Amino acid sequence: MNILTKLLSMTLSVFALTFASAVAAAEAPDALVKRISEEVLNTAKADKSIQAGNISSIVALVEEKILPYVDFERMTALAAGRYWRQATPEQQKQLLTEFRSLLIYTYSGALSQVRDQKIEYKPLRADPANTEVEVRSQVIQSRGEPIQLSYRLEKLATGWKLYDINVMGAWLVETYRGTFNSEITKGGIDGLIKSLSDKNRQLAARSAAKK
Amino acid sequence: MKYIARIGALVMVVALSGCATSNNPSDPLEGFNRAMFSFNDAVDKVALKPTAQAYQFALPDFVQAGIGNFFGNIGDLWSAVNQLLQGRVETGVTSFMRVAVNTTFGLGGVLDVSTEARLPKQQSDFGQTLGIWGVGSGPYLVLPLLGPSMVRDTAALPADFYGNLWSYKKPVRWRNAGAGIHIVDRRAQLLEAGSLLEDVALDKYDFVRDTYLQSRQARIDDLKGKEPAREKVVEP
Repeated sequence: MNILTKLLSMTLSVFALTFASAVAAAEAPDALVKRISEEVLNTAKADKSIQAGNISSIVALVEEKILPYVDFERMTALAAGRYWRQATPEQQKQLLTEFRSLLIYTYSGALSQVRDQKIEYKPLRADPANTEVEVRSQVIQSRGEPIQLSYRLEKLATGWKLYDINVMGAWLVETYRGTFNSEITKGGIDGLIKSLSDKNRQLAARSAAKK
Repeated sequence: MKYIARIGALVMVVALSGCATSNNPSDPLEGFNRAMFSFNDAVDKVALKPTAQAYQFALPDFVQAGIGNFFGNIGDLWSAVNQLLQGRVETGVTSFMRVAVNTTFGLGGVLDVSTEARLPKQQSDFGQTLGIWGVGSGPYLVLPLLGPSMVRDTAALPADFYGNLWSYKKPVRWRNAGAGIHIVDRRAQLLEAGSLLEDVALDKYDFVRDTYLQSRQARIDDLKGKEPAREKVVEP
């Protein structure tokens, strides 16, 4: 191979690498949701300890497969609403930690109920240039009506991240906003942090006992 | 009739005791609602949930499925009527087909053959119909024993009762027994979701209310063909 060919092939490989990583970073949000859901559901259905209800297996699954794609900071900020700006950085950090734990238990609880459901995805209705999209799907169960399940994702530098979930018409962030509001009205931001951490401690104790 | 008088009296007592001014614009009857919610929760803990758990434990899965399907089939008929009233002809016809297929091929509704045959189930009630016709929902209202509702949907309840064929079942003993079994079956279906709710809600009342209000409104918006209102996100 003469120098020119070598140079050409080097350039092409650099191009290929850049292109590949660009493609990876540009995974479409609905493809991302579909891939993660399928991975998580298949693991949940196949793993015996998860089917038996072992909470720590489920939490491990959630932490490994789902957490990297969730923007907890935005979720917490949205749920806290106007109080977020009023909170000190220390309070914000605590709130974030506690809410994150609670959400992990919530996802885990939902996953522990997975049996033989199937998910159908609706076509993504979004401009390719949008940085915020909504991915819609339906959970088909063996009994009862299909359950509407939707996700809101935003495009960050690190890729698409989830910042809200909708089950049967109710957005998680909106629902928690009502709760946060009540708690803050009752006991201020510290009161809210305390309620959340009490709740998390309760849940941790119970899952440790269940093992 | 005696029961209605008794429940009515109980409701009055609870209402008067719970009547506090509420600071929540979406829940002006909060005092009453919280009191009613606690009452329902207590009845559930003491009576309904244990019964549902025993039901789930004792009866084989296919029997439970059969019971659910039977009452679901009766419900589908009223759903069909409502869907037509709402102007959703295709869905209404599908629901009628469901009832026809399930009643004949599904052994009187016990087998849900229609879902297999790709005739999807869609539940509709008269409160939903009124909503689509444009009747405002009115404030959130927690009903004794029946749980979350809105003033509009509460007013629509008698229509749902008359539209439910099982209400006409004679003798009355059978009707009441059937209604009881239906309620227990529904509760059993919700046992897991119920315990998840207990786990993740800081304040169960708030959580149930906010979920219910969003869910109900989203459903009606969806049916009206409206894009669901993007929540007023107060960006921090």
